[in-house]
Amino acid sequence: MNLTLQIWRQNGPNDAGRMVEYKVSDISEHMSFLEMMDVLNEELVAKGDDPVAFDHDCREGICGMCSMFINGEAHGPDRGVTTCQLHMRMFNDGDTIYIEPFRAKAFPVIKDLIVDRSSFDRIQHAGGYVSVNTSGNTQDANSLPVPKADADKAFDAATCIGCGACVATCKNSSAMLFVGAKVSQYALLPQGKVEAVERVKNMVHQMDLEGFGNCTNTGACEIECPKGISLSNIARMNREFFVSALAGE
Amino acid sequence: MSTLDAKIPEGPIDKKWTNHKNKINLVNPANKRLIDVIVVGTGLAGGSAAATLAELGYNVKAFAYQDSPRRAHSIAAQGGINAAKNYQGDGDSTYRLFYDTVKGGDYRSREANVYRLAEVSANIIDQCVAQGVPFARDYGGLLDNRSFGGVLVSRTFYAKGQTGQQLLLGAYSAMNRQIARGKIKMYNRHEMLDVVVVDGKARGIIARNLVTGEIERHSAHAVVIASGGYGNVYFLSTNAMGSNASAAWKIHKKGAYFANPCYTQIHPTCIPRSGDYQSKLTLMSESLRNDGRIWVPKNMDDVLAIREGRKKPTDLSEEERDYYLERRYPAFGNLVPRDVASRAAKERCDAGYGVNETGEAVYLDFKSAIERYGKEQAQIHGISNPSKEQILEMGEKVVENKYGNLFQMYEKIVDENPYKTPMKIYPATHYTMGGIWVDYNLMTTIPGCYAIGEANFSDHGANRLGASALMQGLADGYFVLPYTIGDYLSHDIRTGAIPTNTPEFDEAEKAVKDRINFFINNNGTKTVDHFHKRLGKVMWDKVGMARNAQGLNEAMAEIKAIREEFWKDVKVPGKADELNPELEKAGRVADFLELGELFARDALQREESCGGHFREESVELDGEQKGEAKRNDTDFAFVAAWEYKGEPADAVLHKENLEFKDIELKQRSYK
Ligand SMILES: Cc1cc2nc3c(=O)[nH]c(=O)nc-3n(C[C@H](O)[C@H](O)[C@H](O)COP(=O)(O)OP(=O)(O)OC[C@H]3O[C@@H](n4cnc5c(N)ncnc54)[C@H](O)[C@@H]3O)c2cc1C
Ligand code: SF4
Ligand code: FES
Repeated sequence: MNLTLQIWRQNGPNDAGRMVEYKVSDISEHMSFLEMMDVLNEELVAKGDDPVAFDHDCREGICGMCSMFINGEAHGPDRGVTTCQLHMRMFNDGDTIYIEPFRAKAFPVIKDLIVDRSSFDRIQHAGGYVSVNTSGNTQDANSLPVPKADADKAFDAATCIGCGACVATCKNSSAMLFVGAKVSQYALLPQGKVEAVERVKNMVHQMDLEGFGNCTNTGACEIECPKGISLSNIARMNREFFVSALAGE
Repeated sequence: MSTLDAKIPEGPIDKKWTNHKNKINLVNPANKRLIDVIVVGTGLAGGSAAATLAELGYNVKAFAYQDSPRRAHSIAAQGGINAAKNYQGDGDSTYRLFYDTVKGGDYRSREANVYRLAEVSANIIDQCVAQGVPFARDYGGLLDNRSFGGVLVSRTFYAKGQTGQQLLLGAYSAMNRQIARGKIKMYNRHEMLDVVVVDGKARGIIARNLVTGEIERHSAHAVVIASGGYGNVYFLSTNAMGSNASAAWKIHKKGAYFANPCYTQIHPTCIPRSGDYQSKLTLMSESLRNDGRIWVPKNMDDVLAIREGRKKPTDLSEEERDYYLERRYPAFGNLVPRDVASRAAKERCDAGYGVNETGEAVYLDFKSAIERYGKEQAQIHGISNPSKEQILEMGEKVVENKYGNLFQMYEKIVDENPYKTPMKIYPATHYTMGGIWVDYNLMTTIPGCYAIGEANFSDHGANRLGASALMQGLADGYFVLPYTIGDYLSHDIRTGAIPTNTPEFDEAEKAVKDRINFFINNNGTKTVDHFHKRLGKVMWDKVGMARNAQGLNEAMAEIKAIREEFWKDVKVPGKADELNPELEKAGRVADFLELGELFARDALQREESCGGHFREESVELDGEQKGEAKRNDTDFAFVAAWEYKGEPADAVLHKENLEFKDIELKQRSYK
């Protein structure tokens, strides 16, 4: 198929940035979206132009690097996939595709489609761990059974890939789904419960410092999340936060 | 040629590690504060090492090319991690894990290292559970296990098909705790471009800030390389796009020997290639072979009918299918080790039985498993006379619980529903057993420079068993390196901070800058990927699943020619002092073009078949093992460690002779 691409080009954090039009032809429906971008970039380099910078690494939906806002949706039109898992069979010959970075105050643009998501890391530094030393002198792994239902729920929360689609989608740029997932994973496991009160306080505090917005329960994040992280994680975090507020008094 | 000293401690194999730990020098906690350690790479190996070193009190500087440690390629590991816990009571033990690993590696690994790995494996699971890693559990709340290829026990711990992700997030969380305490300084989006050697010791690195392009000097008392494997030398592999050999290759050029580059794992179950635009290949975890059966049609007519769309695989009766692994290897069946399974798939496809348009695909079928589980569920739920639909529905649910994300991934890529029709799979480059040579302490031949995880060569011999890379990475990082490095650093407590304003740093920085400027100013006519793809094709065709002397000689010449053309004609757009992905790729491909040639040379030198290295000249000619790989222990029971001398063709071979005292050298049989 032949396509028209409207791509956000921005030279650096201080450049104003603009949409630029490109054409690509002979795109196979079996290509992934990023392979289509590779085709474009090879052509740009061959012509002596600057290729479009975008983040990617694993190209199988797990590292959370890729992050394109395609036709107004984080990770594009398909459901339950990251940008790298999106395939061209979702588009039609002659389409115009709009490609932008994940936008949020807490995710400043570095170049073109690449944004700085280190705010996510700093939230994790604030409490995304269990305070256990890595000495290996811990108790036997099976000495503390965990109900399967809890373990499964903790796992589901833990599958968040930290991509930021939830933030990019939210009209308030809220990071509640991301933070809720991490808080939930630990709150559901006995190993994490010990520090639950402190953890949620610290992580939420850092989230506010980073400039993420509030949650107004629109639920767009859950729809766009490539890993199906459920809104119930936000509810759990709110409960945990409430408990921590009580504990603080 | 010299022989290498692996510094293996004295004593019986099951006492070596304990005795060694008791004897080596320690650094007292107050002095650790005076010592800096650089860790390049924050995957499972580097992340766990950085966290543990920081926790012990060292000042750690950690580097990764991604924007967060959480994105290292370890995140993509799917199937699981081994540990000799014997929770299933099926006869597992430290010795059995040790034995399976040495045998699986086709008797080309170092016994003492492998034993230590098996010994610490159980601790890894304890550690990870304590960190809140949500492993799969059974209904009683205890940890669940599955089995992997090449073994007869269930010792693999898993978190659905995202085990690597969960383990890496565990290591990342341990790092976060130390980053918050200021004990780890994390340099994301930084690439190490050289190591700095001062008075014969590794004392720092030159790194490029990938956002600003700035070239930085970082000093330390020791440097740990944990930069992963070099599978991308094939261009197409299951590795991440950025996975590279550069950090390892840079230390190689400064004196670290590179061991067994030709030992590469071609994984049997990957999604086949679909076109020339393909940028990478996707693994379908080996765990699927627990429940999937591999087959091709028995009759050529059916093969053609399927390729032409006249028949569907589901139309073929059991009698019309050739479950060739079950046929050839009745004892292990679909669970033979990877190298064996890959070669068997190639054999069938070379004979013309491949089931897709390219003729390079075989089926991985879940029908039997779905039916078996469905019947089991019906029994459990007390449904007598369940309908076929009920059985399938319940069976699919069980399979979804085990492999849901893999099935989803497959469907998104191939656009076919693997619950209803068998998956198509074909072997692809996946893992590199070869790597930087290290001694028992994980130190390279540069004093003070260590290599851990996939970057080193140590534990898997000529073939790695499934679920053992995660085990090795975490063993190295959490439990081995943090001890052994103390022995070396105990001599550095009075050294003081290492200055960066010295001639050694000047020189290294200048070389790095010169190379970058060369790329930017070269104004050639061909893109970096153009050269990378050509290299990959030579590697796959001539240094792939089957190798012979003629092909390897040709490969060496061709790679050299591609390399020379690359340096004349490569085109790198943009500037040096900005974010420039093409520039990053150019540096990595330049190193792959040297490594590729050494790889072929190593394969040429090894005139035997062992593990993932299959020489067509070396097969069993008769008897029960006819046609199987033939190892030659008399002449080749050694590690080939190469010393850099300029051109790859001039590299000097050093041998570490392998002694097998605790395991009898036998031909590997999975029949
Ligand atoms: C798809 C897939 C599935 C797998 N599944 C399994 C499994 O189920 N079980 C199993 O045991 N093994 C599995 N493996 C193998 C296993 O995942 C890897 O061998 C292992 O994770 C490697 O870990 P590592 O820490 O050595 O390297 P990596 O995780 O690759 O980390 C490399 C690190 O080095 C950094 N880096 C690299 N170069 C530089 C540089 N020049 N400068 C700075 N930083 C650099 C990167 O940023 C990264 O942080 C799988 C592998 C793949 C590809
Ligand atoms: S919650 Fe979902 S959308 Fe948000 S960062 Fe995690 S995986 Fe991405
Ligand atoms: S590139 Fe890793 S999730 Fe898309």
